[in-house]
Amino acid sequence: MKGYNPFSLEGKVILITGAAGGIGRATAIECSKLGAHLILTDINEDGLKITLEQLENQEAHRYVVANLTADDEIDKLVGEIDKLDGFVSNAGVTKPAPVKFINREDLDRIMSINAMAPMFLTQKLLKKKKFSKNSSIVFTVSIGGVYTTAFGNAMYGSSKGALQVFMKNVALESAMSGIRCNSVNPGMINTGLVKTGTYSEEDRQKDMQTYPMKRYGEPREVALGIVYLLSDASSFVTGHSLIIDGGKTLY
Amino acid sequence: MELKVFIENFAEQFDDTDATEIKAETVFKELDEWSSLIALSVIAMVDEEYEVTLKGEDIRNSTTVEDLFNAVKAKA
Repeated sequence: MKGYNPFSLEGKVILITGAAGGIGRATAIECSKLGAHLILTDINEDGLKITLEQLENQEAHRYVVANLTADDEIDKLVGEIDKLDGFVSNAGVTKPAPVKFINREDLDRIMSINAMAPMFLTQKLLKKKKFSKNSSIVFTVSIGGVYTTAFGNAMYGSSKGALQVFMKNVALESAMSGIRCNSVNPGMINTGLVKTGTYSEEDRQKDMQTYPMKRYGEPREVALGIVYLLSDASSFVTGHSLIIDGGKTLY
Repeated sequence: MELKVFIENFAEQFDDTDATEIKAETVFKELDEWSSLIALSVIAMVDEEYEVTLKGEDIRNSTTVEDLFNAVKAKA
């Protein structure tokens, strides 16, 4: 059947945060190929421009530069949105440190960007009734903190654990309104986030061996999971966490 | 930046290794207690004490405690 595509995003208006790179950028590219109209946001304007250049049907998309840890900037972003059929929250940071070395500055930053920013953005989008009757919210969570525990991952893992719990509460409270809410939970993906330098190339090679598929994932492999959750193909799926980890959590 | 103080800070990341065992010329990766967690602790200690971001490669490329000290000093 030519033209049959239950994963189509034709005409859907989708907001993507963290769109200047990594999984956010890959998600934007895939969504544009499937016909979505995108609103991209990030704190990094140069990165947003590069993402925009890589999209299909460029005139259908726009970007808004915003620091989502600031309430007034969230309000401004929300104010620029009319109606949404989808929202993908990707923005995330990490700084590996053992529990003994946690400090308020780092923990505040990681919690603000990874957990509080998506929580408040979701809250404001819902309060202002920006979602259409058939819409989908997707949070990029992680297997880290939720399904796996690793040295130095307490701050990042705690932020992702918080987001995972938030996702389920949004799913429950929004189901009656026709809004679904799910997460993708990736293992290590080759993005700027895993290239912080704390781990050497040798460390990374060793870590890859702990994955049954013996490699890290690519951003597009997560983006296509997000596409599924955004599309009507997942119309009866809510509160679900889609693990995309090359089998890491099988052990 | 003083080597003596750096060695003390470095030694503090160990629980079972006596501080007197750790000297400038100690090949730290050969210490029984050396682990990936201690490596992360050393990176975090250097960040906290010296405001220097040590990379995993710096640890990999250092053999003795003094090598590591020099890596930190070069970035300070």
